[in-house]
Amino acid sequence: MKDNCYIPSGCSISGMINESGRRFDGSSVIKSIALMHDRGNGLGGGFAAYGVYPRHAEQFAFHMMFDHIEAKEACEEYFKDRFDIVLDEEMPTRAGGAFEEETSGRYGEYGGHPITNPPILWRYFMDVPKSKTSFVSENEYIVKNVMEVNSRIDGAFVASSGKNMGAFKGVGYPEDIGVFYKLDEYKAYIWTAHGRFPTNTPGWWGGAHPFCLLDWSIVHNGEISSYGINKRYLEPHGYKLELRTDTEVIAYLFDLLVRKHNLPMEMAIKALASPFWKDIDRMPEREQRIATAIRQVYGGALLNGPFSVILGHSRGMIGFNDRIKLRPMTCARADDMLYMASEEAAIREIAPDLDRVWSPKAGTPVIGKLSEEVI
Amino acid sequence: MKIDCSGMYYRKLNKIIRDAAEAGESEFILDHVNGQRYIGSGINKKIKITINGVPGNDLAMFMNGPLITVNANAQDGIANTMNAGEIIVHGDAGDVIGYGMRGGKIYIKGNVGYRTGIHMKEYKKQVPVIVAGGVACDFCAEYMAGGILVLLGLEKEGDMPITGDYLGTGMHGGVVYIRGGVDENMLGKEVSVLELDEKDMKLLKKHLAEFCEHFGFDLEEAMSKPFVKLLPVSSRPYGNLYAY
Repeated sequence: MKDNCYIPSGCSISGMINESGRRFDGSSVIKSIALMHDRGNGLGGGFAAYGVYPRHAEQFAFHMMFDHIEAKEACEEYFKDRFDIVLDEEMPTRAGGAFEEETSGRYGEYGGHPITNPPILWRYFMDVPKSKTSFVSENEYIVKNVMEVNSRIDGAFVASSGKNMGAFKGVGYPEDIGVFYKLDEYKAYIWTAHGRFPTNTPGWWGGAHPFCLLDWSIVHNGEISSYGINKRYLEPHGYKLELRTDTEVIAYLFDLLVRKHNLPMEMAIKALASPFWKDIDRMPEREQRIATAIRQVYGGALLNGPFSVILGHSRGMIGFNDRIKLRPMTCARADDMLYMASEEAAIREIAPDLDRVWSPKAGTPVIGKLSEEVI
Repeated sequence: MKIDCSGMYYRKLNKIIRDAAEAGESEFILDHVNGQRYIGSGINKKIKITINGVPGNDLAMFMNGPLITVNANAQDGIANTMNAGEIIVHGDAGDVIGYGMRGGKIYIKGNVGYRTGIHMKEYKKQVPVIVAGGVACDFCAEYMAGGILVLLGLEKEGDMPITGDYLGTGMHGGVVYIRGGVDENMLGKEVSVLELDEKDMKLLKKHLAEFCEHFGFDLEEAMSKPFVKLLPVSSRPYGNLYAY
């Protein structure tokens, strides 16, 4: 930083979906998150993008981070026995890349901060061999292997593991990370972004947001005070919490509740951001019974602490807050676009003319859905 | 002084305003504002600032004198610890408005977010005022220790509640006026609902007249529904609220 006299803190998040499935490049999401530069401190930035690999849409795309070449070799040895690797290649990056779109204006003032010392970044497009899925589903097989790689292979981390999507993240300001990963050259129908201001956990490449598993991605502003409880709840279900940060639990909770337990999205969010008991007492009987059952069954999934979160998956994007709104979120619509961000200005920066702007109520999700097939 | 703020970093903008105000400039028109923080913050002069666009967080923090007009929505944290001056927002405003505010006035045409007027305070003639034309979210007037907060709900739809939950939680000073009444279930434990007396009506009318003048509402219409007032009654039993 040019000037270290003070740091105005608070992470930033931004997300956008084209509900008609039209894909657009990453330059607008970079501009949006760049507007909130001062909410982060350069210790983490990242993006999730859906629809970026149409030519490999059928394969699982593993975005990998390796601390050293030995980790890469060990991981490839591991993959070789468990997957059919269709293609593997280095992640395209601009070495020392930095955001400098508008050097005369505000970006010139805080300057681009070139991304340095990245780990080895490699991506693998892989099929699951038929022989591996006699007893488990493909998705389950992927989850198991992601957990194994993260916990067993020293220096290897899975940044994302879904189909036709990917996480592009690292240590730096988000706008610089976006340029580093050449996101202006990718097209997606959903983009989410995060600028990090780490508080309780270290700023490292694997710890940048989004956190991804299969096609789930999470960007999060806040902290999950219930991390310990959520971790203990997830572990017996086979999840391994290896990324040294609280946000990881949110991605795994959605995987457990929605993918494995088939809860409707609204119900899963009721489990994570439950109504208070005093409000449940005042609900009509049927609603009251559902809300009570959710809290009883999924007590270990309740997220406590301040948060605003954007969840991405291949069919949509969902934003929600903690129950007493301790972190900001503004939503907006313009035609078939739905936007969510920590600040209204971050939306106006890329879409000045909006049909509607609003701040969702605490604990109430805003749901964007693909209404058509991806174009 | 007219300033084109497109793409301008907040430090540069605020420096231009402060330096020009120091040199005697009294009126500023800021065009193409988008997200610049701290506009008007810490300024001790009675300057006028018109903001075209969405100003960033912490607008008018520690402000002591200026009149700010925002021709758009405003974001979070307006008027944090503001001491004197006036803010007029021709739109909605975000969360935590008037945090620890100790003087001056805020008029908001539309809705306000969470924790409006949290910890507002007053001392003798220093009495802060917030008037919002729309509805408020949870924790309105939380820990309020002084000042006047008015909620009108003028353009709310149907049964939409005019306030959120935990209204006046921990309140121990000041007064809240609400047009049309409140849902008892939303009330914090430290407030009681009372009818307005003549003194209240006089005070309310004065602030509503100003509000209506700013936004072109009809005063009679605004006064047509009965108001209730909230006053604090006791101390704080909410130590556990933030942990389950």
